[in-house]
Amino acid sequence: MFSRAYKTVVTVPPLLWVTVFLLVPYLLMFCYSFWSVSPEQAIVHSWNLANYHELFQKTVYWQTLLRSMWIAVRVMLFSLLLGYPLAYFLSFYAGKRKDLLYQMVIIPLWVSYLVRAYAWKTILGSDGVLNTLLQYVHLTRHPLDFLLYSPFAVVLTLTHIYTPFAFLPIYAALEHIPRNLVEASHDLGASPAQTFWKVIFPLSIPGVVAGATFAFVLSLGDFLAPLLLGGPSGIMISNIVVSLFGAAYNWPLGAAISLGMLVIVVSLLFLSERLEKKWSFS
Amino acid sequence: MELLVSGAAGNIPRSRWLLAHAAAVFAFLYLPIAILILYSFNGQGVGGFPPHQLTFDWYRILLNDGPIWDSVLNSLKVAFAAMAISLMLGIPAALALDRAQFPGKALFRRLVLLPLILPGIITGLSLLMLFNVMGVKLSLMTIMLGHGTALISVATTEVFAGLQKLDRAQEEASLDLGANYWQTFWRVTVPNLKLPIIGAALLIFTLSMDEIAVSFFLIGRDNTLPLEIWGRLRRGITPEINAVSTIIFMFSLLTIVVWYRLRLRAEGGIDIGGELAEDSSTSTVSS
Repeated sequence: MFSRAYKTVVTVPPLLWVTVFLLVPYLLMFCYSFWSVSPEQAIVHSWNLANYHELFQKTVYWQTLLRSMWIAVRVMLFSLLLGYPLAYFLSFYAGKRKDLLYQMVIIPLWVSYLVRAYAWKTILGSDGVLNTLLQYVHLTRHPLDFLLYSPFAVVLTLTHIYTPFAFLPIYAALEHIPRNLVEASHDLGASPAQTFWKVIFPLSIPGVVAGATFAFVLSLGDFLAPLLLGGPSGIMISNIVVSLFGAAYNWPLGAAISLGMLVIVVSLLFLSERLEKKWSFS
Repeated sequence: MELLVSGAAGNIPRSRWLLAHAAAVFAFLYLPIAILILYSFNGQGVGGFPPHQLTFDWYRILLNDGPIWDSVLNSLKVAFAAMAISLMLGIPAALALDRAQFPGKALFRRLVLLPLILPGIITGLSLLMLFNVMGVKLSLMTIMLGHGTALISVATTEVFAGLQKLDRAQEEASLDLGANYWQTFWRVTVPNLKLPIIGAALLIFTLSMDEIAVSFFLIGRDNTLPLEIWGRLRRGITPEINAVSTIIFMFSLLTIVVWYRLRLRAEGGIDIGGELAEDSSTSTVSS
């Protein structure tokens, strides 16, 4: 029913735009990663593997990458631990208040990411809300200094930010479970625990995978929370990239690291897509 | 279902446990926001318990803070431009994905949705390299292009979901009765997609207003609000930042309420961001 001209008009402009502003930039990142910087701080457009060589040789990059992944894994686990039972509660137990509670999970997403990270900074600081509260009620005499400028602060803040992201796909998956399956399980004599583990949980796995991927990938690439709350021990891989694109001025090396991140992220997306397909029941 | 679940033996403690967990998670989600708002009225600065000397001074200082309002204006410009760009490209992209077959369609779909799931630093840096190679000077314009491009994903997902529910017979009838494609698009397709389009527009607007990771790399001389706040955080913090954040939060809340009303009046199917939650799960990135 739609003519060739119609299809061309709706296809070509977005296709061109996406090519110029998404595809070409990713390819450029790839090119940059093989270039280098001259002593006069100009980009040398000759192709070599020096950046990758440096990445594999210097342990600081590996250590930072591993630390970032460890932070991202913790954020992912905590987001799931907070998000899953919440989604389960909303979907199966909240009754009429379901919609309202759902909106309440979404609302914090409307508070700027930066502002929420900042709020945690004011809570965790050595003369912040938490420390002064603890001293006020005489639980501690001196400020606890591990609260801020530590990986702990980064994990806490990122968990706060990504829990709703983990919640959303899990909730969507739980909502899509046909309720007659659950009823059938009850009618056939399964206990609530059995129904949960044998019926509900397996059917929600695609949502869990999607939520876990969101939380992991987005926190892996974060650089603002570590800058604001991480201190020296909370530096993440993106912070290195930021400094390479800034003061350290080595775009090609920065591009090589970013490309590494891109490869990790895209492989994870493929993996989680396969997992989701494997576990989806429709 | 309700009855059935609570009727089962041993289930009441289970639901209590879940209720307690939910309450704790909500406390965790809202505590920083509550503290943020509370301390915007604290005369003694952002830390310190208990807060005392409650005052509106920070709001008064904020009102006379030129750079902040300049940055708010910049953010508004960027958000409107991003909204225009991503709707102008995202709506046709959704139509293309729904109705056309073309080589590279699968790749196109993945690419469009990628900025939604990719850390902002990758989108920001790759665009920085593009602008650098093209010799484009960084300015608000480059941020507009960055946000516009990254948020096509939002427009496309929301509108695509709307198209899936759309009855094509109406468009067919319009075409059969002699309207051309242009007329049919404006008089049949768009009115039917009003809700997803408004939803996408609001979402794009607020996401752009808050965006910092992409803007961080594409910024020229003029700051957006998040970058202005960022700059101040690095210099030391005052409750003025709490005050501006509180105002923005109230504004967002108002937007949600307006949207909710609008949606309730129209039908009750779509919720803001809900389509995203379901469709941007990684399987759609690739299917």
